[in-house]
Amino acid sequence: MDGTDTMSQQNTMTHGMGNKLFEGSKRQKLDITDEDICLKVNDLKLYYGSDQAIKGVSMDIPRNRVTAFIGPSGCGKSTLLRCFNRMNDLIDSCRIEGQIMLDGKDVYERGVDVAELRRRVGMVFQKPNPFPKSIYENIAYGLRLQGVKDRKVLDEVVERSLKSAALWDEVKDRLNENAFGLSGGQQQRLVIARAIAIEPDVLLLDEPASALDPISTAKIEELIYELKDSYTIIIVTHNMQQAARVSDYTAYMYLGELVEFDDTLSIFTNPSQKATEDYITGRYG
Amino acid sequence: MKDWWKSGAPWVWLNGGAVSISMIMVFGLLALILVRGFGHFWPHSVVVAEYDLPGADRVELIGELRRSETLTGQAMREAGAPIPVDQLLVTRHLFKQGNRDVTGRDFTYFLDDFIGEWRYPKDITVLERREWGDFYGYPLRILEGSQTVAEGDGLWSEFQSRIERSNRLFDEIRQIERRDIGNINFRMERVRLDQRRAELRGAMTPQAEQEFVERRAALEVEYQVLQERLDQLIAEARRDSVVMRAANNQEVNIRLDRIINAWQPNNMSIPSKVGFYAASFFDFIFGYPREANTEGGIFPAIFGTVTMVLVMSIIVTPFGVLAAIYLREYAKQGPLLRTIRISVYNLAGVPSIVFGVFGLGFFVYVMGGGIDRMFYPEALPAPTFGTPGLFWASLTLALLTLPVVIVSTEEGLARIPSTIRQGSLALGATKGETLWKVVVPLATPAMMTGLILAIARAAGEVAPLMLVGVVKLAPTLPIDGNFPFVHLERKIMHLGFHIYDVGFQSPNAEAAEQIVYATALILVLLIVVLNLSAITIRNHLREKYRSASD
Repeated sequence: MDGTDTMSQQNTMTHGMGNKLFEGSKRQKLDITDEDICLKVNDLKLYYGSDQAIKGVSMDIPRNRVTAFIGPSGCGKSTLLRCFNRMNDLIDSCRIEGQIMLDGKDVYERGVDVAELRRRVGMVFQKPNPFPKSIYENIAYGLRLQGVKDRKVLDEVVERSLKSAALWDEVKDRLNENAFGLSGGQQQRLVIARAIAIEPDVLLLDEPASALDPISTAKIEELIYELKDSYTIIIVTHNMQQAARVSDYTAYMYLGELVEFDDTLSIFTNPSQKATEDYITGRYG
Repeated sequence: MKDWWKSGAPWVWLNGGAVSISMIMVFGLLALILVRGFGHFWPHSVVVAEYDLPGADRVELIGELRRSETLTGQAMREAGAPIPVDQLLVTRHLFKQGNRDVTGRDFTYFLDDFIGEWRYPKDITVLERREWGDFYGYPLRILEGSQTVAEGDGLWSEFQSRIERSNRLFDEIRQIERRDIGNINFRMERVRLDQRRAELRGAMTPQAEQEFVERRAALEVEYQVLQERLDQLIAEARRDSVVMRAANNQEVNIRLDRIINAWQPNNMSIPSKVGFYAASFFDFIFGYPREANTEGGIFPAIFGTVTMVLVMSIIVTPFGVLAAIYLREYAKQGPLLRTIRISVYNLAGVPSIVFGVFGLGFFVYVMGGGIDRMFYPEALPAPTFGTPGLFWASLTLALLTLPVVIVSTEEGLARIPSTIRQGSLALGATKGETLWKVVVPLATPAMMTGLILAIARAAGEVAPLMLVGVVKLAPTLPIDGNFPFVHLERKIMHLGFHIYDVGFQSPNAEAAEQIVYATALILVLLIVVLNLSAITIRNHLREKYRSASD
């Protein structure tokens, strides 16, 4: 695609709101106004060495909603997710073109403080990864990094975060015990509490429940539902029921391309693309 | 048969066999050291017998049976023993006779055929002496000056109490010699160095000189007081003596200040033998060596070994850990890094004597010489750090064990799951914060593993130490009450070198043999203790960071 094309798309995006997505377009549009857009992806391309993993994705991610990325393994949905907080920077061979605008500022711009970005865009990984510290210190870790030392502030944030993550009642009597003593589901909620303790704007969840049992999964899903009032949540999942249950919007990706992006109801009941329909109904592959 | 091969059973047998052979070798070695080492302290019974070798005078034999062996008559005849031609086998016994000052040799072989009846008289007495080794004989009377104060029935209790008294006096004498006079010598040397330093700086004024003279005079006065007290104590200690009847009715007069302990092994019950055994073992561990290290204790060697290993750990841990963190976390992967890594790994395979030579050539002469010229010019030409010593020995061992610590730490760092690092980074931590707050604490068990291996290697190393700081007999311990308390420049004694020295450099091989086993035993126990404490710390850390690595 060429420069003019990009320009025209941006124009459409700015002025021509209210259009439904249209065939062959790189940008997938939603019924939302500019203020409601939290993350705007502009023609994002990502290469691992010479392999292209993301082939020009453009999308607008709405604020304070849950957006789910679905698609078969290797379609680039986790890779795309990791672009939002620049976790891909850790991979030496990784090269990125295009833009990701967080509240109007490109996160890949030169001079962006990556640590600051990651404070604003929190992330929870597939496998629970608590630190080898006490429950309390796990939650306080992010704040301590920012130089918060006041015990009262820390106590308050720890309690609030654990309450938000629906873990407080289970752990309030053993805050000073090692976090490894918790069950897998509890650990994952602890990790979510840790992520929201530093009050990010966006929360990225990379298959947060795939390593958990059904009851823990249900708890995580409930938690996501609770959290979406305060955070913009993006969740990658293999589980289509889960996507249908927790998300407001769903993006279907295939081989590094964004095939379809719409509100969840439309995607699951009336997908506009044949490929999406095939995947959702299990005819894929 | 074919089925048997196919079933995999031969492999099980092969592997199991390899394991059992290794176990047998290890436990056999330990058992040998244990038996020989622990046997040293047992109060053995003393045999008295007549020995009537044809063509020689009939003699009385008093001594401990050390070992017996059976040889062919032919071999003994060739050695000059009067064995009948038709006798095929001859048994001979090695006896420890003691009394080196009387007989000249304390270990002698006796042929079984010519030994008369073996008797174990109750009143035979063994004296442990400060010089000339043990003495075997019967106590006849105790003298105070030249006056007899006890003989006959009351002798033994009087003897014991007077030995106790002379031991107390001896302890006091040694205390004054070692601690008080040692302290004065130390301060005297300091005055000399201060004066020399002032001279070198050209800051020597008449009143400064006067001050030095006064300081020296004050010390001199202190020394005089101590010396008087010392003379008095020595005179008191020399008061008593005992007249002993040795073999062949020889009467020998022995001063009590030369006797450490006296016991009658044939008259001891099992519990009192056990008590004696424990006391001897204690003396061995906490005593100072005597008689060219073949008698007495090995405390300075234990102390030196432990101090050296601790100083080495303090040096090697930070260096190894920091190097490993750089190699694993910061260095750019590439051919250069690979070369460095291979070099580090190969450093572990360099023979230790090479490290010793390097330590002597570089650390001692170049670095130590430089330190002397810069910081201790007043002591020259006598070197302070420019001579082998504790610090250089520890530094050489640190260099020797560095690869082990680096390799273990690197492996530990590599094992930390990337999800944990990412979790920290995703919370806005920088790479450095992630490393120091999360990754390094998690890798501490691996660092401890490295340190355990390093300690095990360092404590048992001897060859390089002979070049860089370990000596046969160190006059002082590396840690004492004189400022600055830890004397890194001092020479130390070391258990490994002690074994070599006693076992192979000692003129009295028979007496040394048991000391060698006992010292080896202590060395093994020491390494076990050091390792166990390190392993306990590591297990504690592992428990703390349990599921992070699964």
